[in-house]
Amino acid sequence: MATASHADVTRRDFLYIATGAVGAVGAALTAWPFISQMNPDASVKALASIEFDLAPLAEGQEVTIKWRGNPVIIRHRGAKEIELAKSVAVSDLKDPVARNANVKDGDPATDENRVIKGHEQFLIMMGVCTHLGCVPQGDNPAKEYAVVEGSLKVGGWFCPCHGSHYDTAGRIRKGPAPENLHVPEYSYLSDTKVKIG
Amino acid sequence: MAGHTKYTPTTAFGKWMHERLPIYAMVQEAALDFPAPKNLNYWWTFGGILSMMLVIQIITGIVLVMHYTPHTSMAFDSVEHIMRDVNYGWLLRYMHANGASMFFIAVYIHMFRGMYYGSYKAPREVLWMIGVVIYLIMMATAFMGYVLPWGQMSFWGAKVITNLFSAIPLFGDAITTWLWGGYSVDNPTLNRFFSLHYLLPFVLAAVVGLHVWALHVPGNNNPTGVEIKSGQDSIPFHPYYSMKDLFAIAVFLMFFAAWLFFGPNYLGHAINYEPANPLVTPAHIVPEWYYLPFYAILRAIPSKLGGVIAMFGSILILFALPWLDTSKVRSGNYRPIFKGFFWIFAIVCVALGYLGSKPADGIYVLWARILTAYYFAHFIIILPLLGLIETPKPLPASISDDVLAKSKAKLAPAE
Repeated sequence: MATASHADVTRRDFLYIATGAVGAVGAALTAWPFISQMNPDASVKALASIEFDLAPLAEGQEVTIKWRGNPVIIRHRGAKEIELAKSVAVSDLKDPVARNANVKDGDPATDENRVIKGHEQFLIMMGVCTHLGCVPQGDNPAKEYAVVEGSLKVGGWFCPCHGSHYDTAGRIRKGPAPENLHVPEYSYLSDTKVKIG
Repeated sequence: MAGHTKYTPTTAFGKWMHERLPIYAMVQEAALDFPAPKNLNYWWTFGGILSMMLVIQIITGIVLVMHYTPHTSMAFDSVEHIMRDVNYGWLLRYMHANGASMFFIAVYIHMFRGMYYGSYKAPREVLWMIGVVIYLIMMATAFMGYVLPWGQMSFWGAKVITNLFSAIPLFGDAITTWLWGGYSVDNPTLNRFFSLHYLLPFVLAAVVGLHVWALHVPGNNNPTGVEIKSGQDSIPFHPYYSMKDLFAIAVFLMFFAAWLFFGPNYLGHAINYEPANPLVTPAHIVPEWYYLPFYAILRAIPSKLGGVIAMFGSILILFALPWLDTSKVRSGNYRPIFKGFFWIFAIVCVALGYLGSKPADGIYVLWARILTAYYFAHFIIILPLLGLIETPKPLPASISDDVLAKSKAKLAPAE
């Protein structure tokens, strides 16, 4: 064992630690490209935006289009659906945050904050359940599965995977999903044309 | 362990080789002459069956890759090409797909055998924990393999399972994007799953090597749970257990063949014969049968993060099992109360599997919650307490004593 004079920090101890530190930084730097290569590549990022013409979409109609590999639900809502969505107090919502990329982070999930002003009839949102990513199914009048607690048994969306229910503004009302359906960044190029992304 | 010969080379070539690479000595000592308890029953043959299944999966998998194309626009068609055009392609693919199920049947029997006979207890904790690692790698491998045909269930299974990681606070979305290589499950995801699905079986083979190594240090547990005490208690692995394993393998292969030839799609889902469509989720998403109990646990918890934690926790808790079971007695044969709870636990696991296959609605969710609670209670309440309150039956003095007493009882005329 070391004598008293060797028990102190020696030149060798310093070299060990310095070598180890340089080795660790080198290993981390080398690992980075191997980890980073798994993130979205340039070709995936290039598909960032699409345009969609709303004119043919009649009231009560709904389409699902693909954006960045994910479904986007575009619904032309009727007056009754909007009225239903507006009648719900924000304090009754499971997720009180708008989840809308076009409003400020943390804004309340009122119906106004889920759409763009002046175009309230068009609800545009990701068709990706915030639970585990399935596509929620739209209102089917023949079935009463689109049940939202404290609201009428009509409208909204239902996720078939684990039973999450969303209301006519795409807000989570019942089931395991933690958040409202996300609203992607989009803007109106003209009265009937939107650009998503 | 005493009573068995050490290898000494007899031929000139044998001596020459032994001084350079003592591989035959290793085989002789670790496999052929390895002293095994003389009372192992057929539940102990599943280790051999599992090794065979791993080899079958690797061989059929390598051959399938010769005909498969890992691209979203071609994967589904290339699998149909294997089924229709490739010589014996249907057989090879059904072997691989059903082989995965057989692999899991065998591993579940192997695990429950370990649980019943207390094979995880000292000094076999590391052996058990390596086994849990093997099980986790098996699950990951099977999951990625199921994605490769790129059918509807492949796609949505991949989406739901990878989305589990989005439950992680703060970094969840960044992690899923990184896993996918995009904003959704797409071609980059398929490519990397293919790469990893090819890699992991070889990792598995290496970890199985560790498992066998960890087995050879303390040696086999046995139905009495009493360690080998003298040469009287053991017999050499070869020919006694090599033949017993071989017989069990032959029977298991018949069972495998019955699925393979008479119900090759029974364990699958018809909807996976529909090409993946990212815009439409099938009405009823179900994972493969071997994940169902964990899927039921996931859905039983009414919170996203909570469900994910419970699901992973239900598997990870197995790592702690050697320390949660406080009983000094290994074998369930000598634990009258444990025996009952063991079977209740086994039934609960099967029942959870059934619930996982049902829609997440009404009574099914209620039962899933009750049984999930019981599943965890088994590990963190029942097992620790049982060891303290249970009076075990007297253990035999040795394996030999037990074997002799049993054969005497058999010979005695019935009363």
